[in-house]
Amino acid sequence: MARPEIEDVEVDLFMRALQLRHGYDFSRYAPASFKRRVLNLAASAGCRTVIELTDRLLREDALVPQVIAGLSVPVSEMFRNPSVFRTLREEVLPVLASYPVINIWQAGCAFGQEVYSLAILLEEAGLYDRSQIFATDFSDAALIRAQEGIFPARDARLYSENYLAAGCQRSLADYYHARYDFMKFDERLKRNVTFANHNLVCDGVFCEAHLILCRNVLIYFTNELQDHVLSLFRDSLVRNGFLCLGNRENIGFASAARDFTPVNARERIFRKSAEAA
Amino acid sequence: MAPTVVMGCSAGGMSALRTVLGGLDKGFPRPVVVVCHTGSEDITTFCELLETTSTLPVREARERQSVTTGVVHVAPSGYHLLLEGDGRFALSVDERVSFARPAIDVLFESAASACGSDLIGVVMTGANYDGAAGLRTIRRRGGLAIVQTPADAHAPSMPQAALDVAGADYCVPLGEIASVLNQLCLPKARP
Repeated sequence: MARPEIEDVEVDLFMRALQLRHGYDFSRYAPASFKRRVLNLAASAGCRTVIELTDRLLREDALVPQVIAGLSVPVSEMFRNPSVFRTLREEVLPVLASYPVINIWQAGCAFGQEVYSLAILLEEAGLYDRSQIFATDFSDAALIRAQEGIFPARDARLYSENYLAAGCQRSLADYYHARYDFMKFDERLKRNVTFANHNLVCDGVFCEAHLILCRNVLIYFTNELQDHVLSLFRDSLVRNGFLCLGNRENIGFASAARDFTPVNARERIFRKSAEAA
Repeated sequence: MAPTVVMGCSAGGMSALRTVLGGLDKGFPRPVVVVCHTGSEDITTFCELLETTSTLPVREARERQSVTTGVVHVAPSGYHLLLEGDGRFALSVDERVSFARPAIDVLFESAASACGSDLIGVVMTGANYDGAAGLRTIRRRGGLAIVQTPADAHAPSMPQAALDVAGADYCVPLGEIASVLNQLCLPKARP
């Protein structure tokens, strides 16, 4: 058996320090991406080695939010994979329209691009006023950014193209004000959004949702943690509730997958099976 | 984790891959994992085009699936492709690296971690410098590096960057890459 690389030992010690001292458990994160993020964090904090970062992490509580932000998933775009939003609009929203109140959980909302996309989708379908969106993330830094609803103007063109490709009916520019190098989304889009800290690793059910969106979050988890979170989603969904995952996610190794039936396999949209508890 | 071949290419990559994959032995005994910056949304067509000349089946790499010997796995568009230590694929949507997602560096560095010295990295034509840092990691961990001769490449800057940063065990024209791989990987014929 070959000796482990020093770097791998350091990443393991970092993970343990984060758990023992600060209570965050990353032991069931997929190792390859976790390691990459830890190495990036060390470099951006000006540390020569991960052990140096670990030393600081143990002694400087103020470093924790920055570390958690660096270990979470900040990257998304509005209407990312437009065909998914088109399918939500054409196949899922008409079903949700039959409920008097619609609860939607956006799990792992990061900087909020998908929250605003969803709000716009509901607005144009005339369903927003009876909808409640719970936007959660385990990074407080990300939640603050998401609540601001401010995105770089350089992304405006991509977001607009996605918006149109998703089959939306107006112009994305109707929903934001351009200021200098930024676009700020209309405050009214947030009127039925609740932003809250929730960690999929350790927190439980908090709402009864008709639709859960969790795109490209489970890809960072081991099979075991993926299964745990899918069970949490099952228990949070109403009977026949919808689940939307990222378009390359594979839940074939999770036993909780049997509680979901694909309604659009290509877009990774599922419904909680009627027989699921 | 089984011995593996990882390849990266960018501008001109489709044509380069067709040449290399067409030259591999039918019994090539290793998995091949490819990152090519294509810019296209769906790589199904890309895989189908490669398969018309490839001696091995070409498949999109699927999350959590095991790497398979004798199969060419291609990174899906929009995601970084990583290899885990247990021989399975992982995906990420982390920031672009060298303006690319999938990035060659991300695949190479994770593969170096997973495979150690049982790894061959190949850098071919491309118009940026992705793959250079990853190839250096592969060599540091005892793996081998094959780089396309820059003068022979459709876009020379990527193989040149790889040579500058990582060096190479073999620096050969495109037409010879497959035969180098066959020689390195096929069981030696007995005299």
